[in-house]
Amino acid sequence: MTFDWAVIVSNWKFLILQGLMGIGAFGGGTLRLAIPAIVLGFMLGVVIGLCRLAQRPWIRYPAVLYVEFFRGVPLVMVIFWFWFLIPQMTGQRLPEYTVALTAFVVFEAAYLAEIVRAGIQSVPRSQIDAAASSGLSYLQMMRHVILPQAIRNMIPSLVTQFIVLFKDTSLASIIGMMDLTKAAQIVSQREIRPFELYLFIAVVYWICTYSMSRFSRRLELRLGSPMGNPA
Amino acid sequence: MIPVLFLGLSYDFRWSVLWTDGHGGWILEGVLTTLKLSALGWVIACLLGIVFGAMRTAPVRIIRWAGAAYVEFFRNVPLLVWLFFWYFGAPQILPQSAQEWFNRHGAEFWSAVLGLSVYHGARMAEVIRAGIQSIPRTQFEAAVSTGLSVVEAYRYVILPLALRLIIPPATNESLNLLKNSSLALTIGVAELTFMTRQIETYTAKAFEAFTAGTLIYLILCLGIAAVMGQVERSFQIPGLIARVGRAEH
Repeated sequence: MTFDWAVIVSNWKFLILQGLMGIGAFGGGTLRLAIPAIVLGFMLGVVIGLCRLAQRPWIRYPAVLYVEFFRGVPLVMVIFWFWFLIPQMTGQRLPEYTVALTAFVVFEAAYLAEIVRAGIQSVPRSQIDAAASSGLSYLQMMRHVILPQAIRNMIPSLVTQFIVLFKDTSLASIIGMMDLTKAAQIVSQREIRPFELYLFIAVVYWICTYSMSRFSRRLELRLGSPMGNPA
Repeated sequence: MIPVLFLGLSYDFRWSVLWTDGHGGWILEGVLTTLKLSALGWVIACLLGIVFGAMRTAPVRIIRWAGAAYVEFFRNVPLLVWLFFWYFGAPQILPQSAQEWFNRHGAEFWSAVLGLSVYHGARMAEVIRAGIQSIPRTQFEAAVSTGLSVVEAYRYVILPLALRLIIPPATNESLNLLKNSSLALTIGVAELTFMTRQIETYTAKAFEAFTAGTLIYLILCLGIAAVMGQVERSFQIPGLIARVGRAEH
């Protein structure tokens, strides 16, 4: 068995520029999908996480249901829901990119909401009492007292979940979105070099995720050990 | 059947597509394949997890390093890429005759088992490492000082504690494995997601097909979580509130 690594060199533009970055005629792109998905998913996750902690049951229960539902279903299933149902209901197909982004945001928000909830609950009760007794409103209390401490406690779990999300974007290739995995699939079908190509993209994914986890460790050290949770 | 107004649009519900024309058999077959795939993958992932998780806590640096290399490499790459690698890529280095033999004997299924177990083995190793490291060293010292041998100390003190502590994160990880087994559809394993997709293709009834698939996954996941929650409670040591952190990605 001989290996032909030249296949990577001759296709690197398609794999890296088109597949990873999303620069090219096909749109898509792993990073172009992952970054908005992380930002929007986190925003939705904060909202749902806060709803889970709400006093009023009609706010809390829908959030609980949302989280439990999406955590009990495979992501592929959620992607298929959006991919096959939107056309049936609206009569028109949306681009793969839009479908994938929507599915990721909706799905990952459930996991991120749990992290946000745990982070907020990790802030000692006395902090809330102190903030309330100094006359802050709910929003002021969240903005100036609870969230700054909670987010610091959340960072390790958040980055972990962002890494999971980054890896999950490979599933967008199942509905045909052009990402790193899809690009490798296409080149591999043309060149019949699956071993080299899949190993290569494994290394590319690895570099991205490993640097994310390194960055998170550095960030944790810089911010010091989280309150009440000696590391 | 009468079209029903659904989200402001008329949609002709036909739930019978789930059981007529042998589709019920497809679903059942899909569920069985999902369970078989997950169970096999789970057993191997646990074995790999125990070996590499223990290696990561070993006193010898080279062994620790080998454990870390396995964990960091396999869990940081998407499972889908591993499935493609094991199914399409890895056979390339086998001789032609071995490839053909493999293809005749369920190459998709075994590649999926391999992919799932190696990927989740790395994640399980992190759960087990965290479990071992959460037992204070003093427990071991106390056990040995009461006259227990090292093996006895592990058997009667360390393991009973560590196994209880890892029940919640290990359950979580096992459910991830079950859900991730759905990715096997990409290499042609006829598991549950594959079968619901096939019903959708044959009948164009996406809503019914995906509802069935989703509900089955939900029932499996919530059912296993409930059983394990019960197990956790019945083995709980009163007063012990230590918790192992979730396995990292």
